[in-house]
Amino acid sequence: MSSLLRHHLFWPVAALIALLVANTVARPSFLAITVRDGHLFGAPVDILRTTAPLLLVALGMTLVIATRGIDLSVGAVVAVSGAVALSHLASSPDPDSPVTVLTAVGLALALCLVLGVWNGFLVSVLGIQPIIATLILMTAGRGVAMLITGGMITTVNSVPFKVLGSGFWLGLPAAAVIAFGVFAVVAFVVRRTALGMLLEATGINPAASRLSGVRSRTLTWTVYAASGLFAGLAGLLISADTMAADANNAGLFIELDAILAVVIGGTALSGGKFNLSGTLVGALVIATLERTVTVLGISPLVTPLFMALVVIAVTLLQSPRMRERLMAATRRPVAATPPEPQPAARPDSTEVKAR
Amino acid sequence: MTQQTAPPVVEMTGISVEFPPVKALDGVDLQLRPGEIHALMGENGAGKSTLIKALTGIHSPTTGTIRVDGAERRFTGPADARAHGISTVYQEVNLCENLTVAENIMLGAEPRVLGGLNWRAMRRQAATHLERMGLAIDPASSLGSHSLAVQQLVAICRATVGNCKVLILDEPTSSLDTDEVEHLFSVMRGLRDDGVAILFVSHFLDQVYEVSDRMTVLRNGGLVGEFVTAELPTAELVQHMIGRSMDVLEAAEEVLERAERPAGATPLLQVVGLGRKGSVQPFDLDLYEGEVVGLAGLLGSGRTELARLLTGADRADVGQARVDGRVTRLRNPRVAMSHGIAYTSEDRKGEGVVDGLTVRENIVLGLQAARGWMRPLPRRQVDELVAGYIQQLGIRPADPEALLRNLSGGNQQKVLLARWLATAPRLLVLDEPTRGIDVGAKAEIQKLVADLAADGMSVVFISAELEEVLRISHRIAVLRDRRKVAEIDGEGATMDQVVDLIAGGGAA
Repeated sequence: MSSLLRHHLFWPVAALIALLVANTVARPSFLAITVRDGHLFGAPVDILRTTAPLLLVALGMTLVIATRGIDLSVGAVVAVSGAVALSHLASSPDPDSPVTVLTAVGLALALCLVLGVWNGFLVSVLGIQPIIATLILMTAGRGVAMLITGGMITTVNSVPFKVLGSGFWLGLPAAAVIAFGVFAVVAFVVRRTALGMLLEATGINPAASRLSGVRSRTLTWTVYAASGLFAGLAGLLISADTMAADANNAGLFIELDAILAVVIGGTALSGGKFNLSGTLVGALVIATLERTVTVLGISPLVTPLFMALVVIAVTLLQSPRMRERLMAATRRPVAATPPEPQPAARPDSTEVKAR
Repeated sequence: MTQQTAPPVVEMTGISVEFPPVKALDGVDLQLRPGEIHALMGENGAGKSTLIKALTGIHSPTTGTIRVDGAERRFTGPADARAHGISTVYQEVNLCENLTVAENIMLGAEPRVLGGLNWRAMRRQAATHLERMGLAIDPASSLGSHSLAVQQLVAICRATVGNCKVLILDEPTSSLDTDEVEHLFSVMRGLRDDGVAILFVSHFLDQVYEVSDRMTVLRNGGLVGEFVTAELPTAELVQHMIGRSMDVLEAAEEVLERAERPAGATPLLQVVGLGRKGSVQPFDLDLYEGEVVGLAGLLGSGRTELARLLTGADRADVGQARVDGRVTRLRNPRVAMSHGIAYTSEDRKGEGVVDGLTVRENIVLGLQAARGWMRPLPRRQVDELVAGYIQQLGIRPADPEALLRNLSGGNQQKVLLARWLATAPRLLVLDEPTRGIDVGAKAEIQKLVADLAADGMSVVFISAELEEVLRISHRIAVLRDRRKVAEIDGEGATMDQVVDLIAGGGAA
């Protein structure tokens, strides 16, 4: 039990389950999933779909945070991505042709990659503090998006493009398939190659890593580029959902949600050890929380407060110090009755250590 | 001395501290009397730091009592301990470099006026404290502009502000040179004569003998005993500390036999006129296989800077390097590594260990970085490699998954050595590999260096301890004022000869 309690995913998962339970109590049909036209429908499926963009942004954010950095520009990059894709579709004679859609997607992703590379250049080559370096693009990026859309909210109709946002693949929302797929591939690559370890080493001690021959600069540069690319992909999913490019509001505050997801997932903002599975749970918690607000019928006036309270609770439960106190509090009543397994467990673990 | 008459100011009895499943301290006693310098001795991992932390309230002992001035106490933390007159100065200076000297000294005890800070009084009081320490520096200057030695003295100065009855000095001398150590000792003696009890932790035996009145020796978390310094011969102390005889220490010397270098051999690394502005003047150096070259010189003489140029840690702006006779630009550590050149920095904490990673990850880091991220080492190969080095170097705890920050200094150093040995280097540049580690581990590392050279590796060995350099080196390059001034044969060299060269009196 105690090892389960100490598992780094325990509290985020517990929070997720608690939210789901609260929703089910408020609306018993909450967890019901129905099949219509071969597609899955229901609140859980919706949550997966709304998690998708946040998950992608949080994925990039986790990698950036692992190197001791932070990327505040992702929200602006989301807006740029949508603006580029939809403007291209709007200006083309045939927005429904697959070639046009592919070009739009390619253009948007390429530009976002460039923006990520720009961030990486500022941080890794010029040595600007990440929060400042990415703040530049956070403010300038929305201006760029505005420039692309000409200051208007561009709306278009493109059936193939719309699939990205609200279509279904394999019975699941296409956006969720894309986001979770990308997430799985990246997580696999990071943990199966040495990339994860080298990133962590860079985040914990950049000087030692450099002397050990780690290409710290290149790695740092790469994660910012990746963060830009993933934010661009998130921007495509968001704009395909609404089919409108809103330079001012697309992806607004998504950087904060992403940072929250990372923190809820148990990755420290001080860099180093990171935890992608935690980020996944963190993103799900935030998306579920947004859903809960509507299910419980909480007034929009107190919504931010409610969300803040839940987030504070989860992060507090995650902090080692709070956990220690909690453990101490739960241990005391147990100690009154002689605990059987405790003395037996101790010599065991000593033996393991001694070997 | 008044040892028998004065009641102890601190009396710790039967202290045990557990980090399950490890028992870090087991029933240890410690008595500090006013007006004495008390040395706390023991190898790395013997429990010295844990005992200090138990006293200052960072760790809470599972058993035992702590009495201060006769009253039983458990402090809640260093601040609480300090409020009761027990101050600690750690090995790494824990001050704010970007504040002024006065602000650092008076931090937490600032004189106030009308709810604000009284800056003038602060500078004046700080100046008084500095004067007492014999430190002639401007209290309004920023702390970061002073040398590490001065910062160390400022840290001690800060600790003595207010009612200081007990001063704990954890390895205060590890980064000081001889003059600075003397200065520190005179300050310590002054405080002792004022009735302060000083607990002194140091790995330098000669310093302990020079300055301490009594000592408490720990081994493996247990108490060996309390001794009067003047009555305990060094050899006996070492035996108490390591629990075995001096044989290990002597073994290192025996291994060092000279493999005759064939005439006309190409140096593994040959540098001509290599230098860097503001770092080290252009120098020549030839490094051959199977040879240990020692670098001798005072702190700041350019030893480290020279090593950094050899290994690509810093880029040279003049001169030429040849590896196996071929001109090579050692642009960065990666390039140097690709030529089989490895460098362990003197700054173990800042540039060596990655403390949040495990022993296993730290050991494979160099090798993995050289392979690139796309070609991860197979897990089984990693496990074999790591287990091999843990055994060969005697890394404790022998747990590949232990976080490096939980290892003692000596064991961290061994992990760093393992990291570089794993890359199978041809030239190993060791910058202060034995600093701040205990006698046993020191001897083991010296022996390892000798063995590596016997197996054909070229080693550059840097140490502030001249004796060590003399014992281990085939050749010694002497540096003074950022310039290489001499190169002598290590075999016939005597201490006096090298000291003369360092001081500038010999034929340069």
